[in-house]
Amino acid sequence: MQIHMQEVAALATASGVSSMAWLLIALPLAGATILLVGGRRTNAWGHYFAVLMALATFVVAVILLTDMLGKAPEQRGVVISLWDWIAVGSFHVPVALQLDQLSLSFVLLITSVGSLIHIYSLGYMEHDENRRKFFAYLNFFFAAMLTLVLANNYLLLYVGWEGVGLASYLLIGFWQHKPSAATAAKKAFIANRVGDVGLSLAIMMMFTLVGTVTFAGVSAAAPKVSDHWLTLIGLALLLAACGKSAQFPLQSWLLDAMEGPTPVSALIHAATMVTAGVYLIARSHAIFDLAPNAQHAVIFIGGITLLMGAIIGTAKDDIKKALAGSTMSQIGYMILGTGLGPVGYVFALFHLITHGFFKAGMFLGAGSVMHGMHDSVDMRRYGALRKSMIITYITFGLGYLAILGIPPFAGFWSKDEIIKAAFDKSIFVGLITLIGAGVTAFYMTRMMAMTFFGKARWEDDVHPHESPLTMTVPMMILAVGSAFGGMALLFLGNIETWLEPVVGFQEATNAPSAAILMPSTILIVLIGAYIGFRKYALQEVPVPAPVNVSWATVAARKDLYGDAINEAVLMRPGQWLTRTLVFFDSRFVDGVVNGSAGLIGVIASVMRRLQNGFARSYALTMLIGAGLLVAVALLVRMS
Amino acid sequence: MSMNSYVMLSAVLFSIGAVGVLTRRNAIVAFMSVEMMLNAANLAFVAFAKANGDLTGQVVAFFVMVVAAAEVVVGLAIIMAIFRSRHSASIDDVSLLKY
Amino acid sequence: MPWLTLLIVLPLVGAVVAWIAGDRLARQVGLIAALATFGVALAMGIAYQASSTSFLQFTETHQWIPAFGASYSVGVDGIALVLILMSTILVPITLLAGWHEMEGGQATIKGYIVLTLVLESMMVGVFAATDVFLFYVFFEAILIPMYFLIGRYGGPKRQYASIKFLVYSLLGGLLMLASLIGLWVQAKQQLGHGTFDWATLSTLKFDGSTEKWLFAGFFVAFAVKAPLVPVHTWLPDAAAEATPGSATLMVGVLDKIGTFGMLRYLLVLFPAASLWATPAIIVLSLISIIYGALLAIGQSDIKRLIAYTSISHFGFITLGIFAFTSQGQSGATLYMVNHGFSTAALFLVAGFLISRRGSRFIEDFGGVNKVAPLMAGTFLLAGLSSLALPGMSSFVSEFLVLQGTFTRYPSEAVIATTGIILAALYILLMYQRTMTGMPSDEVTSTVTELNKRELVAIAPVIAVIIALGFVPQTLLNIINPTVNKTMQVVAVADPKPAVEGTNS
Repeated sequence: MQIHMQEVAALATASGVSSMAWLLIALPLAGATILLVGGRRTNAWGHYFAVLMALATFVVAVILLTDMLGKAPEQRGVVISLWDWIAVGSFHVPVALQLDQLSLSFVLLITSVGSLIHIYSLGYMEHDENRRKFFAYLNFFFAAMLTLVLANNYLLLYVGWEGVGLASYLLIGFWQHKPSAATAAKKAFIANRVGDVGLSLAIMMMFTLVGTVTFAGVSAAAPKVSDHWLTLIGLALLLAACGKSAQFPLQSWLLDAMEGPTPVSALIHAATMVTAGVYLIARSHAIFDLAPNAQHAVIFIGGITLLMGAIIGTAKDDIKKALAGSTMSQIGYMILGTGLGPVGYVFALFHLITHGFFKAGMFLGAGSVMHGMHDSVDMRRYGALRKSMIITYITFGLGYLAILGIPPFAGFWSKDEIIKAAFDKSIFVGLITLIGAGVTAFYMTRMMAMTFFGKARWEDDVHPHESPLTMTVPMMILAVGSAFGGMALLFLGNIETWLEPVVGFQEATNAPSAAILMPSTILIVLIGAYIGFRKYALQEVPVPAPVNVSWATVAARKDLYGDAINEAVLMRPGQWLTRTLVFFDSRFVDGVVNGSAGLIGVIASVMRRLQNGFARSYALTMLIGAGLLVAVALLVRMS
Repeated sequence: MSMNSYVMLSAVLFSIGAVGVLTRRNAIVAFMSVEMMLNAANLAFVAFAKANGDLTGQVVAFFVMVVAAAEVVVGLAIIMAIFRSRHSASIDDVSLLKY
Repeated sequence: MPWLTLLIVLPLVGAVVAWIAGDRLARQVGLIAALATFGVALAMGIAYQASSTSFLQFTETHQWIPAFGASYSVGVDGIALVLILMSTILVPITLLAGWHEMEGGQATIKGYIVLTLVLESMMVGVFAATDVFLFYVFFEAILIPMYFLIGRYGGPKRQYASIKFLVYSLLGGLLMLASLIGLWVQAKQQLGHGTFDWATLSTLKFDGSTEKWLFAGFFVAFAVKAPLVPVHTWLPDAAAEATPGSATLMVGVLDKIGTFGMLRYLLVLFPAASLWATPAIIVLSLISIIYGALLAIGQSDIKRLIAYTSISHFGFITLGIFAFTSQGQSGATLYMVNHGFSTAALFLVAGFLISRRGSRFIEDFGGVNKVAPLMAGTFLLAGLSSLALPGMSSFVSEFLVLQGTFTRYPSEAVIATTGIILAALYILLMYQRTMTGMPSDEVTSTVTELNKRELVAIAPVIAVIIALGFVPQTLLNIINPTVNKTMQVVAVADPKPAVEGTNS
């Protein structure tokens, strides 16, 4: 109880404008509830209502931002206590929101990109019979994601954490009649659940060790906890992040998640939800800063996933899966950035925000292309679309320049800083990020070239056309973000000083100077881009995918055998185990029970033969019995 | 007479009754044998009551008589009913009540 | 006001009236009686004072069999109160949901209603009894209505299932009777007069092995009832053959008698033996959690699957009870309530599905979401509640149980968390196989959307599940004081946070 009082004292209680932060969750939740409970009655206007709720949430976020900007940096973090959620013994968890620079940054990203995607979906989902449900789920996702980033304690974060998992499950499996979609949805949920176990274990350790689960309380007590436990907590949090952010070894669900409608891929599986792992690690920086071993694990996982995602991206012909590989890879960058400690947090989060813009923009572009190409996702059947889909081409192109890290586009500012911070840690980590940048340039150029350049390889009845304004306007806005967002955040927003009070910041001092690093990064990117352009824009792209390819390409096409390993290590033995246990339960455990019942039955059927109906034989039995009794009585008396 | 004679007589009567029940097929005879066993027991009760100077044994003997009377009524009625339907008083013929 | 006697008598009166009213009106009478009972229970819940210092409230005592010190004495603590509330909510809901369940067989409609109401009366009795002998009588007598509900109104293998249910429970009850007599003898020796009064018995002091033997008799009875692996096999059979309504009451309420008995009788009457047996019981709980979940994954019959998930959930409940922390025990109690509702939701929606399609097998479904989206949605919500999704009430209880276990037994808690993953597997696999994909012709022609009556029956359950997920404190405020008193009796306290002393 005392600890609880302290941690409330650590952050000011919200007053004035900031106390309306609960609206951020309440508005979209109301939208989702009204659409789902209202049922068919809301079919006519439900989607507009959902968009309205999303926009209203964005407006609230902007109001909160202006309010926060008016305060001194150290007074910006506030707590909005709503009600007591769980209180048993010393386990006390409030429903309370924490509004600070970190959470507000996420809120702004989610509500802005999210609102744009809501609008985009008006066009994209226009003819879907379950449009109302789609928008209800999107609103529900908003509520859950905002709960995740606004919670002031780990348990409430967990509510948002699994809430977004549910939204993701519902939206990946939105076209449930497709078995592939239903399977992908289930896979995503279960992979996430494995991660969630990590989160719940981390929470349990926190309460056991320090008696509280609020961010402020845990951070304050972290220096007093032993290294051993801090490392364990850090690893458990990393497991959680791996599940949600599709990091190795829980990465395989993200590629399948592309079964969902494209706006979902843009919002949930690129811009917001999958980056929650980065948020979690940044939020728990007090733990990671004190647990270098956990940080090394974070860097290791981020580095592996960064390369894995990039390699997968090079071999995919499905435009969405190629983008998904890219997302994995980019989140690998962010996770790696958070593993670097105070030199990396700010830039990981910076990259997260810029990535949210350019990747969402590219996914929407991909959706626009699919919209014009009869929902085909095969890039080998695209080509030369720059003429027929000019807006999509330009917006996608801006996103492309941003992700490559070409100055002055958004990705340049954020990715470059992560590379620099990585070199600050060690040459080896730095080289990984550098190689990743080169491979990224290659596969993105490949995607760009196969889609918009070269010769048209369209199927016969396909007539590409530009998408309606509801779709292109959000793409344009995101493209503007991809182009200028980085500069704006860095120079106008001063992202380092903005986030520093929450996650801490430290200049990278060991890294090679920018004068060496920046040109070499750009050189590597240009080399990667050139290889991609030469192979896929200047040469003919064969329509059927080539069969005689190197083992590396085969491996990349098969997601580096992620599914095969899961199947061999988990699925098959698991199925065998359940089948064996079902057999064991019915034959052995139940067999003992039924067997003893059967034995009694057999004995009874023999014994009942004694009831032969002859009164005189009964009389004889009685006489013998009586005689025996007398004999026993006599024997007992004699002895 | 000594106790021994009463007990001996009781035992002899009981044995005759028991053998009668076991060996005779006729329901009436078997019934009479049962009565003989009951009375053998009565004799023992009364003899011991006298020997111990306690009335309990005599009371029990009266109980046995009352129960025996009731039993005779019911038993004979059953035998009559069976005889009417089957024209036989053999108890081996009525062995239908079995497994 | 004799609240508890009223709660015991009211359903019985309803049963008599329903019997007189005959087949045509029995259901309406039954529903009204069940609703009235719930109303009284709710009023009692409001009158209950959580902050009171006395262990039991609303106590009544009347002489019954003075020759061996048995009396009719009832009363509730926080744990019994929430369980009575849950039971009385579930009865009208199962009656409404299973409006047509009892039709068409050889047995009568009124018989079903009468049996259900008698069952309800005994459910209240078993939770309210504070005389151990009275508890035993209710504990055994409750088998009779359930036996007939399964054996007369159940599925094709109902004879087998009902006998199995009865024999298993009677065997457990017999051992409990032996312990009960032993307890009475102990009381006679120590106090000079035999008694069955729970509060008096809790003051007895036993020497060494006596307590363990007495404990064992009660424990086996409760373990069969709960049920724990390996004495669980009656449950899938009974639940699969019973009508969905009866299955709900059996798994949702009757099985709770086992876990309730552990909290109320095992821990309070035999504290030392409880602590002595804890390691073994925790192992049994862990086995139940994982074994039940794995078997659920392997089932092909929807109702058996739900029954096996319950075995897994009961593992969590016993784990929480025997973790001996306030979080564990409050969580376990809340778990009992939440499990009642989530199982009810699962069984009832499964019942709607099965009665339409005429098959219990998962493979006969598929694509239901396409033809009956509302039904699929309710099924998903029920399933999510079963897998303890945060935001649902079951999450709060499951997390409390795990947290409570972790503070004392960290590695055991880690093993238990695998149950979380397996839960996602068994629920989502079932959902995927029954609800997604393209519907077959049989599904399209037979499965129709939920009707008004079904919706009215299932909506309150879902509403309670979600509401309790956000404000579980309403129940926890009632439960916590009782758990604290129980912990005092056993003389254990929560482990303290280790932050000092682990400083490196």
